[in-house]
Amino acid sequence: MGEKLLMKGNEVIAEAAIRAGCKHYFGYPITPQTEIAHYMAKKMPEVGGTFVQAESEIAAINMVYGAASAGVRVMTSSSSPGISLKQEGISYAAGAELPAVIVNIVRCGPGLGGILPAQCDYFQAVKGGGHGDYKMVVLAPSSVQELYELTVEAFNISDKYRQLTMIMGDGVLGQMMEAVEFKDQENIVNVDKPWATTGTGMKREHNTIQSIYIQPEVLEQHNKKLQEKYKLIEENEVRVESYNCEDADIIVTAFGTTARIVNNVIKMAEKEGIKVGLIRPITLWPFPVKEFEKYAEVPKAFLSVELNAGQMVEDVRLSVNGKRPVYFYGRMGGMIPSQQEILDQIKQILNK
Amino acid sequence: MKNQDIIIAGFGGQGILSAGRILAYAGMLENKNVSWLPSYGPEMRGGTANCSVIISDEAVGSPIINIATSLIVMNGPSLDKFEKMVSSGGVIIIDSSLVEKVPERKDVDIYRIPATKTALDMGNATFATIVLLGKLIAATNIVSKESFEEALKKTLPAKKHYMIPDEIKALEYGMNY
Repeated sequence: MGEKLLMKGNEVIAEAAIRAGCKHYFGYPITPQTEIAHYMAKKMPEVGGTFVQAESEIAAINMVYGAASAGVRVMTSSSSPGISLKQEGISYAAGAELPAVIVNIVRCGPGLGGILPAQCDYFQAVKGGGHGDYKMVVLAPSSVQELYELTVEAFNISDKYRQLTMIMGDGVLGQMMEAVEFKDQENIVNVDKPWATTGTGMKREHNTIQSIYIQPEVLEQHNKKLQEKYKLIEENEVRVESYNCEDADIIVTAFGTTARIVNNVIKMAEKEGIKVGLIRPITLWPFPVKEFEKYAEVPKAFLSVELNAGQMVEDVRLSVNGKRPVYFYGRMGGMIPSQQEILDQIKQILNK
Repeated sequence: MKNQDIIIAGFGGQGILSAGRILAYAGMLENKNVSWLPSYGPEMRGGTANCSVIISDEAVGSPIINIATSLIVMNGPSLDKFEKMVSSGGVIIIDSSLVEKVPERKDVDIYRIPATKTALDMGNATFATIVLLGKLIAATNIVSKESFEEALKKTLPAKKHYMIPDEIKALEYGMNY
Protein backbone atom coordinates (compact mmCIF):
# COMPACT_ATOMS: atom_id res chain seq x y z
CA MET A 1 0.00 0.00 0.00
CA GLY A 2 1.17 3.48 -0.73
CA GLU A 3 1.15 6.66 1.29
CA LYS A 4 -2.03 7.94 2.90
CA LEU A 5 -3.36 10.97 1.04
CA LEU A 6 -6.11 13.40 1.96
CA MET A 7 -8.25 13.75 -1.15
CA LYS A 8 -11.68 14.83 -2.28
CA GLY A 9 -14.08 12.05 -3.27
CA ASN A 10 -14.55 13.41 -6.79
CA GLU A 11 -10.81 13.58 -7.39
CA VAL A 12 -10.38 10.05 -6.10
CA ILE A 13 -12.93 8.75 -8.63
CA ALA A 14 -10.93 10.35 -11.44
CA GLU A 15 -7.58 9.10 -10.11
CA ALA A 16 -9.00 5.60 -9.64
CA ALA A 17 -10.33 5.55 -13.19
CA ILE A 18 -6.94 6.52 -14.60
CA ARG A 19 -5.26 3.86 -12.46
CA ALA A 20 -7.78 1.33 -13.76
CA GLY A 21 -6.62 2.10 -17.28
CA CYS A 22 -9.36 4.50 -18.32
CA LYS A 23 -7.88 6.45 -21.21
CA HIS A 24 -10.94 8.35 -22.36
CA TYR A 25 -13.21 10.68 -20.42
CA PHE A 26 -16.10 12.61 -21.92
CA GLY A 27 -18.24 14.89 -19.78
CA TYR A 28 -20.02 18.14 -19.26
CA PRO A 29 -19.69 20.13 -16.01
CA ILE A 30 -22.38 20.14 -13.35
CA THR A 31 -22.25 20.63 -9.56
CA PRO A 32 -21.48 18.66 -7.40
CA GLN A 33 -19.16 16.49 -9.53
CA THR A 34 -17.22 18.98 -11.65
CA GLU A 35 -13.93 18.17 -9.87
CA ILE A 36 -13.96 14.84 -11.75
CA ALA A 37 -13.75 16.71 -15.04
CA HIS A 38 -11.16 19.17 -13.61
CA TYR A 39 -8.94 16.29 -12.57
CA MET A 40 -9.37 14.45 -15.86
CA ALA A 41 -8.59 17.59 -17.87
CA LYS A 42 -5.31 17.94 -15.99
CA LYS A 43 -4.27 14.29 -15.81
CA MET A 44 -5.49 12.68 -19.05
CA PRO A 45 -2.89 14.41 -21.26
CA GLU A 46 -0.16 13.21 -18.82
CA VAL A 47 -1.12 9.56 -19.34
CA GLY A 48 -1.65 9.85 -23.08
CA GLY A 49 -5.40 9.78 -22.71
CA THR A 50 -8.23 11.88 -24.04
CA PHE A 51 -10.30 14.43 -22.16
CA VAL A 52 -13.17 16.05 -24.01
CA GLN A 53 -15.57 18.55 -22.53
CA ALA A 54 -18.43 17.71 -24.84
CA GLU A 55 -21.00 20.24 -26.00
CA SER A 56 -23.66 18.47 -23.93
CA GLU A 57 -24.30 15.43 -21.77
CA ILE A 58 -25.96 13.74 -24.74
CA ALA A 59 -22.86 14.23 -26.84
CA ALA A 60 -20.67 12.92 -24.02
CA ILE A 61 -22.56 9.64 -23.60
CA ASN A 62 -22.47 9.06 -27.35
CA MET A 63 -18.71 9.65 -27.34
CA VAL A 64 -18.60 6.98 -24.65
CA TYR A 65 -20.53 4.69 -27.00
CA GLY A 66 -17.94 5.25 -29.70
CA ALA A 67 -14.88 4.74 -27.50
CA ALA A 68 -16.36 1.65 -25.83
CA SER A 69 -17.10 0.19 -29.28
CA ALA A 70 -13.39 0.45 -30.01
CA GLY A 71 -12.70 -1.61 -26.90
CA VAL A 72 -11.00 1.01 -24.69
CA ARG A 73 -11.79 1.79 -21.07
CA VAL A 74 -13.99 4.87 -20.99
CA MET A 75 -15.92 6.89 -18.43
CA THR A 76 -18.37 9.75 -18.20
CA SER A 77 -19.68 11.50 -15.12
CA SER A 78 -22.50 13.87 -14.30
CA SER A 79 -25.13 14.67 -11.73
CA SER A 80 -28.84 13.95 -11.79
CA PRO A 81 -30.22 16.31 -14.48
CA GLY A 82 -27.22 15.47 -16.67
CA ILE A 83 -27.74 11.75 -16.13
CA SER A 84 -31.36 12.16 -17.27
CA LEU A 85 -30.06 13.62 -20.52
CA LYS A 86 -27.80 10.60 -20.99
CA GLN A 87 -30.58 8.02 -20.72
CA GLU A 88 -31.08 7.45 -24.44
CA GLY A 89 -27.36 6.81 -24.89
CA ILE A 90 -27.33 4.54 -21.85
CA SER A 91 -30.13 2.39 -23.27
CA TYR A 92 -28.37 2.16 -26.65
CA ALA A 93 -25.06 1.21 -25.01
CA ALA A 94 -26.82 -1.41 -22.87
CA GLY A 95 -28.48 -2.82 -26.01
CA ALA A 96 -25.12 -2.92 -27.78
CA GLU A 97 -23.54 -4.52 -24.69
CA LEU A 98 -20.84 -1.89 -24.35
CA PRO A 99 -18.63 -1.83 -21.26
CA ALA A 100 -18.37 1.65 -19.77
CA VAL A 101 -18.47 3.39 -16.43
CA ILE A 102 -20.96 6.15 -15.66
CA VAL A 103 -20.69 8.22 -12.47
CA ASN A 104 -23.74 9.91 -10.97
CA ILE A 105 -23.00 12.23 -8.04
CA VAL A 106 -26.66 12.65 -7.24
CA ARG A 107 -28.26 15.99 -6.39
CA CYS A 108 -31.82 16.68 -5.36
CA GLY A 109 -34.65 16.86 -7.88
CA PRO A 110 -36.98 16.69 -9.61
CA GLY A 111 -36.08 18.98 -12.49
CA LEU A 112 -33.14 21.28 -11.91
CA GLY A 113 -33.90 20.84 -8.20
CA GLY A 114 -30.92 21.85 -6.10
CA ILE A 115 -27.26 21.00 -5.75
CA LEU A 116 -27.29 19.37 -2.32
CA PRO A 117 -26.95 15.63 -1.59
CA ALA A 118 -29.78 13.23 -2.39
CA GLN A 119 -30.45 9.60 -3.27
CA CYS A 120 -33.52 10.30 -5.36
CA ASP A 121 -32.10 8.66 -8.51
CA TYR A 122 -32.24 5.12 -7.08
CA PHE A 123 -35.19 4.13 -9.26
CA GLN A 124 -33.62 5.69 -12.34
CA ALA A 125 -30.37 3.81 -11.78
CA VAL A 126 -31.65 0.36 -10.81
CA LYS A 127 -35.03 0.10 -12.52
CA GLY A 128 -34.23 1.49 -15.93
CA GLY A 129 -34.11 5.19 -16.63
CA GLY A 130 -33.78 4.56 -20.31
CA HIS A 131 -36.15 2.38 -22.32
CA GLY A 132 -36.06 -1.36 -22.75
CA ASP A 133 -35.25 -4.40 -20.61
CA TYR A 134 -31.75 -3.58 -19.51
CA LYS A 135 -29.80 -3.39 -16.27
CA MET A 136 -26.81 -1.42 -15.11
CA VAL A 137 -24.62 -2.65 -12.28
CA VAL A 138 -24.98 0.12 -9.68
CA LEU A 139 -22.25 0.54 -7.07
CA ALA A 140 -22.89 2.71 -4.00
CA PRO A 141 -19.67 3.56 -2.13
CA SER A 142 -19.84 5.15 1.31
CA SER A 143 -16.29 6.38 1.86
CA VAL A 144 -13.52 7.97 -0.14
CA GLN A 145 -11.43 4.79 0.13
CA GLU A 146 -14.37 2.83 -1.24
CA LEU A 147 -14.80 5.33 -4.09
CA TYR A 148 -11.31 4.31 -5.17
CA GLU A 149 -11.78 0.58 -4.78
CA LEU A 150 -15.22 0.45 -6.40
CA THR A 151 -14.23 2.67 -9.31
CA VAL A 152 -11.48 0.19 -10.20
CA GLU A 153 -13.98 -2.65 -9.73
CA ALA A 154 -16.50 -0.89 -11.96
CA PHE A 155 -14.13 -1.10 -14.92
CA ASN A 156 -13.41 -4.77 -14.21
CA ILE A 157 -17.08 -5.67 -13.97
CA SER A 158 -17.88 -3.71 -17.13
CA ASP A 159 -15.23 -5.47 -19.19
CA LYS A 160 -15.95 -8.90 -17.75
CA TYR A 161 -19.62 -8.84 -18.76
CA ARG A 162 -19.68 -6.25 -21.59
CA GLN A 163 -21.81 -4.27 -19.19
CA LEU A 164 -22.58 -0.69 -18.14
CA THR A 165 -21.66 0.03 -14.54
CA MET A 166 -22.76 3.09 -12.61
CA ILE A 167 -21.08 4.53 -9.56
CA MET A 168 -23.73 6.32 -7.57
CA GLY A 169 -22.61 8.79 -4.93
CA ASP A 170 -23.94 12.07 -3.65
CA GLY A 171 -22.65 15.56 -2.97
CA VAL A 172 -21.27 14.65 0.47
CA LEU A 173 -19.15 11.80 -0.92
CA GLY A 174 -18.04 13.83 -3.91
CA GLN A 175 -17.10 16.93 -1.93
CA MET A 176 -15.66 15.46 1.25
CA MET A 177 -12.01 14.70 1.88
CA GLU A 178 -10.86 11.58 3.65
CA ALA A 179 -7.68 9.59 3.80
CA VAL A 180 -7.18 7.32 0.83
CA GLU A 181 -4.48 4.75 0.20
CA PHE A 182 -3.88 3.76 -3.38
CA LYS A 183 -2.47 0.32 -3.95
CA ASP A 184 0.94 -0.05 -5.59
CA GLN A 185 -0.77 -1.84 -8.42
CA GLU A 186 -4.43 -2.07 -9.27
CA ASN A 187 -6.10 -5.42 -9.71
CA ILE A 188 -7.01 -4.94 -13.33
CA VAL A 189 -8.90 -7.75 -15.00
CA ASN A 190 -7.75 -7.82 -18.58
CA VAL A 191 -10.41 -9.15 -20.89
CA ASP A 192 -9.94 -9.83 -24.57
CA LYS A 193 -12.38 -7.88 -26.70
CA PRO A 194 -12.54 -9.74 -29.99
CA TRP A 195 -15.89 -8.04 -30.60
CA ALA A 196 -14.41 -4.52 -30.65
CA THR A 197 -14.40 -2.46 -33.82
CA THR A 198 -10.66 -2.03 -34.06
CA GLY A 199 -10.25 -2.58 -37.79
CA THR A 200 -10.18 -5.93 -39.55
CA GLY A 201 -6.64 -5.59 -40.89
CA MET A 202 -8.11 -7.52 -43.83
CA LYS A 203 -7.75 -10.62 -41.62
CA ARG A 204 -11.21 -11.13 -40.18
CA GLU A 205 -14.87 -10.41 -40.75
CA HIS A 206 -16.21 -6.98 -39.80
CA ASN A 207 -17.33 -6.50 -36.23
CA THR A 208 -20.61 -4.68 -35.79
CA ILE A 209 -21.77 -2.80 -32.70
CA GLN A 210 -25.50 -2.27 -32.78
CA SER A 211 -28.64 -2.16 -30.71
CA ILE A 212 -31.03 -2.47 -33.63
CA TYR A 213 -32.48 -5.90 -34.45
CA ILE A 214 -35.42 -5.57 -36.82
CA GLN A 215 -36.34 -9.28 -36.88
CA PRO A 216 -38.46 -10.05 -33.79
CA GLU A 217 -37.05 -13.58 -33.47
CA VAL A 218 -33.53 -12.22 -33.47
CA LEU A 219 -34.35 -9.43 -31.04
CA GLU A 220 -36.01 -11.83 -28.65
CA GLN A 221 -32.91 -14.02 -28.73
CA HIS A 222 -30.78 -10.94 -28.08
CA ASN A 223 -32.97 -10.02 -25.12
CA LYS A 224 -32.77 -13.56 -23.75
CA LYS A 225 -29.00 -13.40 -23.97
CA LEU A 226 -29.03 -10.11 -22.06
CA GLN A 227 -31.27 -11.56 -19.37
CA GLU A 228 -28.97 -14.58 -18.98
CA LYS A 229 -26.05 -12.23 -18.52
CA TYR A 230 -27.98 -10.26 -15.88
CA LYS A 231 -28.76 -13.52 -14.06
CA LEU A 232 -25.07 -14.36 -14.03
CA ILE A 233 -24.26 -10.93 -12.62
CA GLU A 234 -26.94 -11.41 -9.93
CA GLU A 235 -25.24 -14.67 -8.96
CA ASN A 236 -21.67 -13.36 -8.94
CA GLU A 237 -21.49 -9.66 -8.27
CA VAL A 238 -23.62 -8.89 -5.20
CA ARG A 239 -21.73 -6.79 -2.67
CA VAL A 240 -23.13 -5.97 0.76
CA GLU A 241 -21.90 -5.14 4.25
CA SER A 242 -23.78 -6.18 7.38
CA TYR A 243 -23.02 -5.07 10.89
CA ASN A 244 -24.51 -5.98 14.24
CA CYS A 245 -27.40 -7.93 12.64
CA GLU A 246 -27.16 -11.29 14.46
CA ASP A 247 -29.45 -10.41 17.36
CA ALA A 248 -30.60 -6.92 16.40
CA ASP A 249 -33.82 -5.43 17.76
CA ILE A 250 -34.18 -3.58 14.49
CA ILE A 251 -32.22 -3.71 11.25
CA VAL A 252 -31.72 -0.40 9.52
CA THR A 253 -30.79 -0.42 5.87
CA ALA A 254 -29.12 2.45 4.08
CA PHE A 255 -26.54 3.03 1.37
CA GLY A 256 -23.83 5.61 0.69
CA THR A 257 -23.70 8.68 2.92
CA THR A 258 -26.86 7.67 4.76
CA ALA A 259 -25.22 4.44 5.94
CA ARG A 260 -22.48 6.51 7.57
CA ILE A 261 -25.09 8.43 9.57
CA VAL A 262 -26.64 5.13 10.63
CA ASN A 263 -23.22 4.00 11.91
CA ASN A 264 -23.40 6.86 14.42
CA VAL A 265 -26.98 5.95 15.29
CA ILE A 266 -25.90 2.39 16.17
CA LYS A 267 -23.54 3.77 18.84
CA MET A 268 -26.14 6.19 20.24
CA ALA A 269 -28.76 3.43 20.40
CA GLU A 270 -26.36 1.07 22.14
CA LYS A 271 -26.07 3.54 25.03
CA GLU A 272 -29.84 3.34 25.42
CA GLY A 273 -29.84 -0.46 25.31
CA ILE A 274 -31.23 -0.78 21.77
CA LYS A 275 -29.41 -3.09 19.40
CA VAL A 276 -29.48 -1.68 15.90
CA GLY A 277 -28.15 -3.70 12.96
CA LEU A 278 -27.18 -2.29 9.59
CA ILE A 279 -27.41 -3.86 6.16
CA ARG A 280 -25.59 -1.64 3.67
CA PRO A 281 -26.13 -2.63 0.05
CA ILE A 282 -22.96 -1.83 -1.89
CA THR A 283 -24.45 -3.06 -5.15
CA LEU A 284 -27.91 -1.51 -5.53
CA TRP A 285 -28.26 -3.73 -8.57
CA PRO A 286 -27.80 -6.61 -8.19
CA PHE A 287 -29.65 -6.06 -4.90
CA PRO A 288 -28.43 -8.15 -1.93
CA VAL A 289 -31.70 -10.08 -1.63
CA LYS A 290 -30.11 -13.06 0.13
CA GLU A 291 -28.64 -10.91 2.88
CA PHE A 292 -32.14 -9.67 3.75
CA GLU A 293 -33.51 -13.22 3.55
CA LYS A 294 -30.79 -14.36 5.93
CA TYR A 295 -31.78 -11.86 8.62
CA ALA A 296 -35.48 -11.53 7.73
CA GLU A 297 -36.75 -13.16 10.93
CA VAL A 298 -34.14 -11.73 13.34
CA PRO A 299 -35.33 -8.21 14.21
CA LYS A 300 -38.75 -6.92 15.18
CA ALA A 301 -38.74 -4.70 12.11
CA PHE A 302 -36.68 -3.20 9.30
CA LEU A 303 -36.22 0.50 8.65
CA SER A 304 -34.94 1.87 5.35
CA VAL A 305 -33.38 5.33 5.65
CA GLU A 306 -32.87 7.19 2.40
CA LEU A 307 -32.40 10.70 1.02
CA ASN A 308 -35.58 10.42 -1.04
CA ALA A 309 -39.31 9.76 -0.72
CA GLY A 310 -38.91 5.96 -0.42
CA GLN A 311 -37.24 4.11 -3.28
CA MET A 312 -34.87 1.37 -2.10
CA VAL A 313 -37.49 0.47 0.53
CA GLU A 314 -39.46 -1.27 -2.25
CA ASP A 315 -36.57 -3.69 -2.88
CA VAL A 316 -36.17 -4.18 0.87
CA ARG A 317 -39.86 -5.13 1.15
CA LEU A 318 -39.56 -7.57 -1.77
CA SER A 319 -36.52 -9.15 -0.11
CA VAL A 320 -37.96 -9.35 3.42
CA ASN A 321 -41.05 -10.76 1.72
CA GLY A 322 -43.57 -9.99 4.43
CA LYS A 323 -41.68 -11.75 7.22
CA ARG A 324 -41.30 -8.50 9.18
CA PRO A 325 -42.74 -5.02 8.80
CA VAL A 326 -40.53 -2.69 6.77
CA TYR A 327 -40.67 1.01 7.64
CA PHE A 328 -39.26 3.99 5.81
CA TYR A 329 -37.76 7.27 6.87
CA GLY A 330 -36.38 9.80 4.42
CA ARG A 331 -35.55 13.44 3.90
CA MET A 332 -35.66 15.26 0.58
CA GLY A 333 -34.52 18.44 -1.12
CA GLY A 334 -30.94 18.21 0.17
CA MET A 335 -32.01 17.92 3.81
CA ILE A 336 -30.05 15.28 5.70
CA PRO A 337 -31.48 13.45 8.71
CA SER A 338 -29.60 13.87 11.98
CA GLN A 339 -28.60 10.87 14.08
CA GLN A 340 -31.17 11.88 16.69
CA GLU A 341 -33.94 12.00 14.09
CA ILE A 342 -33.21 8.44 12.99
CA LEU A 343 -32.93 7.23 16.59
CA ASP A 344 -36.34 8.77 17.33
CA GLN A 345 -37.81 6.85 14.39
CA ILE A 346 -36.28 3.61 15.69
CA LYS A 347 -37.75 4.14 19.16
CA GLN A 348 -41.15 4.96 17.72
CA ILE A 349 -41.13 1.76 15.65
CA LEU A 350 -39.97 -0.45 18.53
CA ASN A 351 -42.68 0.96 20.82
CA LYS A 352 -45.44 0.09 18.36
CA MET B 1 -8.95 13.46 23.01
CA LYS B 2 -11.25 10.86 21.59
CA ASN B 3 -13.32 12.65 19.04
CA GLN B 4 -13.24 16.27 17.90
CA ASP B 5 -15.94 17.69 15.67
CA ILE B 6 -14.86 21.13 14.49
CA ILE B 7 -16.75 23.71 12.46
CA ILE B 8 -14.76 26.55 10.89
CA ALA B 9 -16.92 29.31 9.42
CA GLY B 10 -16.61 32.75 7.90
CA PHE B 11 -16.58 34.53 4.54
CA GLY B 12 -15.30 33.08 1.29
CA GLY B 13 -11.69 34.13 0.68
CA GLN B 14 -10.57 34.03 4.31
CA GLY B 15 -8.99 30.63 3.83
CA ILE B 16 -11.62 28.76 5.84
CA LEU B 17 -11.58 25.64 3.66
CA SER B 18 -7.78 25.51 3.50
CA ALA B 19 -7.53 25.91 7.27
CA GLY B 20 -9.81 22.93 7.74
CA ARG B 21 -7.77 20.92 5.28
CA ILE B 22 -4.49 21.61 7.11
CA LEU B 23 -6.11 20.59 10.39
CA ALA B 24 -7.50 17.36 8.91
CA TYR B 25 -4.14 16.62 7.34
CA ALA B 26 -2.40 17.05 10.71
CA GLY B 27 -4.87 14.60 12.24
CA MET B 28 -4.18 12.11 9.46
CA LEU B 29 -0.43 12.42 10.08
CA GLU B 30 -1.12 11.32 13.67
CA ASN B 31 -2.87 8.23 12.29
CA LYS B 32 -6.25 9.47 13.41
CA ASN B 33 -9.36 9.01 11.29
CA VAL B 34 -10.32 12.28 9.65
CA SER B 35 -12.93 13.81 7.40
CA TRP B 36 -13.26 17.26 5.84
CA LEU B 37 -16.54 18.43 4.38
CA PRO B 38 -16.97 21.88 2.80
CA SER B 39 -20.21 23.77 2.46
CA TYR B 40 -21.00 23.83 -1.23
CA GLY B 41 -24.69 24.62 -1.05
CA PRO B 42 -26.69 27.79 -1.63
CA GLU B 43 -25.02 29.61 1.28
CA MET B 44 -21.84 29.67 -0.82
CA ARG B 45 -23.63 31.95 -3.25
CA GLY B 46 -24.17 34.37 -0.34
CA GLY B 47 -20.41 34.63 0.18
CA THR B 48 -20.15 32.57 3.35
CA ALA B 49 -17.95 29.51 3.67
CA ASN B 50 -17.68 26.82 6.27
CA CYS B 51 -16.24 23.38 6.66
CA SER B 52 -16.65 20.50 9.06
CA VAL B 53 -13.58 18.63 10.22
CA ILE B 54 -13.76 15.43 12.26
CA ILE B 55 -10.64 14.00 13.90
CA SER B 56 -11.26 10.77 15.74
CA ASP B 57 -9.62 7.71 17.23
CA GLU B 58 -12.50 5.67 15.84
CA ALA B 59 -13.75 5.36 12.27
CA VAL B 60 -15.57 8.51 11.20
CA GLY B 61 -19.29 7.87 10.76
CA SER B 62 -21.19 10.76 9.28
CA PRO B 63 -18.94 13.61 8.11
CA ILE B 64 -21.84 15.98 8.80
CA ILE B 65 -21.59 17.67 12.19
CA ASN B 66 -24.80 18.14 14.17
CA ILE B 67 -23.08 18.91 17.47
CA ALA B 68 -19.61 20.48 17.38
CA THR B 69 -16.97 20.17 20.07
CA SER B 70 -15.23 23.28 18.73
CA LEU B 71 -16.22 26.25 16.61
CA ILE B 72 -14.01 28.84 14.95
CA VAL B 73 -15.86 31.87 13.57
CA MET B 74 -14.61 34.66 11.37
CA ASN B 75 -17.83 36.59 10.82
CA GLY B 76 -20.95 37.59 12.74
CA PRO B 77 -23.53 35.55 10.80
CA SER B 78 -21.52 32.36 11.41
CA LEU B 79 -21.56 32.97 15.16
CA ASP B 80 -25.34 33.42 15.04
CA LYS B 81 -25.74 30.26 12.98
CA PHE B 82 -23.37 27.85 14.75
CA GLU B 83 -23.21 29.03 18.38
CA LYS B 84 -26.11 26.83 19.40
CA MET B 85 -24.51 23.76 17.80
CA VAL B 86 -21.52 23.68 20.17
CA SER B 87 -21.69 20.99 22.84
CA SER B 88 -21.67 21.95 26.50
CA GLY B 89 -18.05 22.22 27.65
CA GLY B 90 -16.96 22.87 24.06
CA VAL B 91 -14.84 25.66 22.66
CA ILE B 92 -15.73 28.77 20.65
CA ILE B 93 -12.85 30.74 19.11
CA ILE B 94 -13.73 34.10 17.62
CA ASP B 95 -11.79 36.46 15.40
CA SER B 96 -12.48 39.59 17.45
CA SER B 97 -11.14 41.82 14.65
CA LEU B 98 -14.23 40.90 12.64
CA VAL B 99 -16.87 39.83 15.16
CA GLU B 100 -17.93 42.37 17.77
CA LYS B 101 -20.73 40.29 19.15
CA VAL B 102 -20.06 38.25 22.28
CA PRO B 103 -21.62 34.76 22.43
CA GLU B 104 -24.54 34.21 24.80
CA ARG B 105 -23.43 30.73 25.80
CA LYS B 106 -22.12 30.38 29.36
CA ASP B 107 -21.37 26.65 29.28
CA VAL B 108 -18.52 26.76 26.75
CA ASP B 109 -14.96 28.12 26.77
CA ILE B 110 -14.84 31.29 24.71
CA TYR B 111 -11.66 32.79 23.27
CA ARG B 112 -11.64 36.12 21.45
CA ILE B 113 -8.49 36.80 19.44
CA PRO B 114 -7.80 39.75 17.08
CA ALA B 115 -6.62 37.27 14.44
CA THR B 116 -7.15 39.31 11.28
CA LYS B 117 -5.54 42.41 12.79
CA THR B 118 -2.55 40.35 13.91
CA ALA B 119 -2.30 38.74 10.47
CA LEU B 120 -2.46 42.11 8.70
CA ASP B 121 0.26 43.43 11.02
CA MET B 122 2.33 40.45 9.89
CA GLY B 123 1.62 41.41 6.30
CA ASN B 124 -0.70 38.60 5.18
CA ALA B 125 -4.43 38.42 5.98
CA THR B 126 -4.57 34.68 5.31
CA PHE B 127 -2.49 34.05 8.46
CA ALA B 128 -5.62 34.86 10.48
CA THR B 129 -6.92 31.31 10.20
CA ILE B 130 -3.55 30.00 11.40
CA VAL B 131 -3.70 32.25 14.48
CA LEU B 132 -7.15 30.86 15.29
CA LEU B 133 -6.04 27.27 14.69
CA GLY B 134 -3.14 27.93 17.07
CA LYS B 135 -5.64 28.74 19.78
CA LEU B 136 -7.66 25.63 18.92
CA ILE B 137 -4.59 23.43 19.24
CA ALA B 138 -3.63 25.00 22.57
CA ALA B 139 -7.17 24.78 23.96
CA THR B 140 -8.00 21.24 22.85
CA ASN B 141 -4.71 19.41 22.14
CA ILE B 142 -6.45 18.14 19.04
CA VAL B 143 -3.14 17.67 17.21
CA SER B 144 0.45 18.41 18.18
CA LYS B 145 2.21 21.57 17.00
CA GLU B 146 4.73 19.36 15.19
CA SER B 147 2.01 17.56 13.23
CA PHE B 148 0.48 20.89 12.31
CA GLU B 149 3.80 22.18 11.00
CA GLU B 150 4.27 19.00 9.00
CA ALA B 151 0.74 19.35 7.60
CA LEU B 152 1.54 22.92 6.52
CA LYS B 153 4.48 21.60 4.51
CA LYS B 154 2.37 18.86 2.95
CA THR B 155 -0.61 21.00 2.03
CA LEU B 156 1.11 24.18 0.83
CA PRO B 157 2.51 24.08 -2.72
CA ALA B 158 6.32 24.24 -2.80
CA LYS B 159 6.32 27.79 -4.17
CA LYS B 160 4.59 28.95 -0.98
CA HIS B 161 6.93 27.18 1.43
CA TYR B 162 8.80 30.43 2.05
CA MET B 163 5.71 31.49 4.03
CA ILE B 164 5.99 28.65 6.52
CA PRO B 165 8.25 30.41 9.09
CA ASP B 166 5.74 33.29 9.28
CA GLU B 167 2.83 30.84 9.47
CA ILE B 168 4.50 29.18 12.43
CA LYS B 169 4.90 32.58 14.11
CA ALA B 170 1.17 33.14 13.54
CA LEU B 171 0.45 29.71 14.99
CA GLU B 172 2.53 30.41 18.09
CA TYR B 173 0.87 33.80 18.54
CA GLY B 174 -2.49 32.04 18.61
CA MET B 175 -1.30 29.29 20.91
CA ASN B 176 0.05 31.76 23.45
CA TYR B 177 -2.68 34.38 23.24
